[in-house]
Amino acid sequence: MTATTLFEKLWQAHLVEADAEGLPAVIYIDLHLVHEVTSPQAFSVLRERGLRVRQPKRTLATLDHSTPTTPARADGSRDYLDAATEAQVNALIRNCADFGITLHGYDSPDRGIVHVMAPELGATQPGMTIVCGDSHTSTHGAFGALAFGIGSTEVGHVLATQCLLQHKPKTMAVNVWGRLPAGVSAKDLTLHIAGQVGVSGGTGHVIEFRGDAIRALTMEERMTLCNMSIEMGARAGLIAPDGTTIEWLRGRRHVPQGDAFEAAAQRWLAFRTDESAVFDRSIDIDATAVKPTVTWGTDPGKVVAIDAALPAQDGGNTRAFDYMKLQPQAPIAGARVDVVFVGSCTNSRINDLRDAADILRGRRIAGHVRMLVVPGSERIKRDAEAEGLDRIFRAAGAEWRQPGCSMCLGMNGDIAKPGELVVSTSNRNFEGRQGKGVRTVLASPATAAASAVAGVVADPRACQQEIAA
Amino acid sequence: MSGFESITSRSVALPIANIDTDQIIPARYLTTTTRAGLGQHAFQDWRWLADGSPNPNFALNRAENAGAQILIAGDNFGCGSSREHAPWALLDAGIRAVISTAIADIFRNNALKNGLLAIVVSPTEHASLLEGAGEAITIDLHTQQIRRAGHAPIAFAINAFARQCLLDGVDELGYLLARTDAITRFEGART
Ligand code: SF4
Repeated sequence: MTATTLFEKLWQAHLVEADAEGLPAVIYIDLHLVHEVTSPQAFSVLRERGLRVRQPKRTLATLDHSTPTTPARADGSRDYLDAATEAQVNALIRNCADFGITLHGYDSPDRGIVHVMAPELGATQPGMTIVCGDSHTSTHGAFGALAFGIGSTEVGHVLATQCLLQHKPKTMAVNVWGRLPAGVSAKDLTLHIAGQVGVSGGTGHVIEFRGDAIRALTMEERMTLCNMSIEMGARAGLIAPDGTTIEWLRGRRHVPQGDAFEAAAQRWLAFRTDESAVFDRSIDIDATAVKPTVTWGTDPGKVVAIDAALPAQDGGNTRAFDYMKLQPQAPIAGARVDVVFVGSCTNSRINDLRDAADILRGRRIAGHVRMLVVPGSERIKRDAEAEGLDRIFRAAGAEWRQPGCSMCLGMNGDIAKPGELVVSTSNRNFEGRQGKGVRTVLASPATAAASAVAGVVADPRACQQEIAA
Repeated sequence: MSGFESITSRSVALPIANIDTDQIIPARYLTTTTRAGLGQHAFQDWRWLADGSPNPNFALNRAENAGAQILIAGDNFGCGSSREHAPWALLDAGIRAVISTAIADIFRNNALKNGLLAIVVSPTEHASLLEGAGEAITIDLHTQQIRRAGHAPIAFAINAFARQCLLDGVDELGYLLARTDAITRFEGART
């Protein structure tokens, strides 16, 4: 038997029909995640053609993108941005009811950002194929599942047939060696890798993250990394399941329980790259050299270490400098901050909130800074409140909000003002992503919190040392 | 979308690298539940000034480019989100083909499913097409060539199945539904 990669094993295990001369493969989808923004047109197609959802049990829906992050009023009404947003949410509620799909809506204690909620429930499992009409579906690759984003037409395909037509991508290994230094987070590593691979470096490939630095990451940290593999252009990101994965999943609602779990765990652990398997491409990253890292430009590949200076201006980055209004060759630290956002499917999990709270405990954010902390799910919100993190945020002067995508893409109206600089723990710093003319600096939760306190982009290690002393 | 053969149109240059889906259509216009009417928001923040008037410096707003159907964009076009609203908006704005040196996977996939050609050419060919922006060019899907008066034709690759779907109007959902027996067998074998 030839040695194969993790990707190859996942692909083979889901082939309903192999690709043939000029024809794509038919791939079976184990889990289809649905949210309000990219699904309405797909349900319309089902209605037009008189089709039903083939596997409602393999379909799981939530409300996250356009939901307000302020609480409902006493009469149950909510602060929707506009009527269209509310209509979109109501359309998903109706579609799920009509087609027999489980929806974690406002009344569910499990509602959350789609890529936060599904792993929490144990719906995301190793060895699966997982799709969603959302590019950050790559997040679920952290569990050794082949997970990728699809468009609305394909959402319709999966609803109706539980399958997708696919052309086989290439494979790329990103080998990360050594240990991350103290005070350096998974987000810093992720941004560092995005800087090395570039925003289109992974195009056409599925990336597998490997090496001792990856094995040392917690599941939450692995999700942060795989989440942003799409920012490297990759079709998907993968990390092979191991003991960390198994222990994280044990006892969660959708996984098998008792002896059946042990049997499942054995099956899951077989999803790994064989010793001598060959990747189409591979690159090596030295984890020991990673520092707290932020973006300075208008794509996630334009990164800089927090204590370093920006690059010189050249033909390729003039537009980014113009938009960001930052000085070439000046340090990024010290740039004035208007808004800080801790949230998104990249960094809204309990560990992220703890990282931010550790810095804010006993401190106040700068007078001119507005800070939003938005937990990724109802469960995280409850856990954080049980630990008292919400009180730390409020005491520091930050706003503690209801779960949702919020300022990650601003669809619900959580945006900044033109020209403002936002230090954000989300995944995209595209022009206008957080509001027209808004400048986004992507960062870790610790860097975001330290910047809120300083009122300027700041190195979190200074705060962390103070805490340790 | 059946019988797609070729397009002949003036080309418009948008030589900016990494044009992401938030530029093609910002998230605030994704609240629709239909596919129609998104064209007015294509490149919204580049195309319209704060007071709602057209930005005279934006290529697609210039009078001579009215009706142009072919966009020659910078490297890595369409990176970012999986929103199919991006090709819907471009098509609604009259764009039927995008040519670049690299096109993001999900965008290209979404584009082809809607009859928007997403074509990758070499940097040299790209530079030559940019130089000739404003001229009429023909994209022939049948011969897989870009033709331009006075220049050698540029051959382009396109996924064979996507090409067949565009030329013959194959309905992909119908193609999948025709495999229902195989899908049922696959499900049966796993449980
Ligand atoms: S948090 Fe942001 S990136 Fe994640 S699913 Fe929501 S909008 Fe998309």
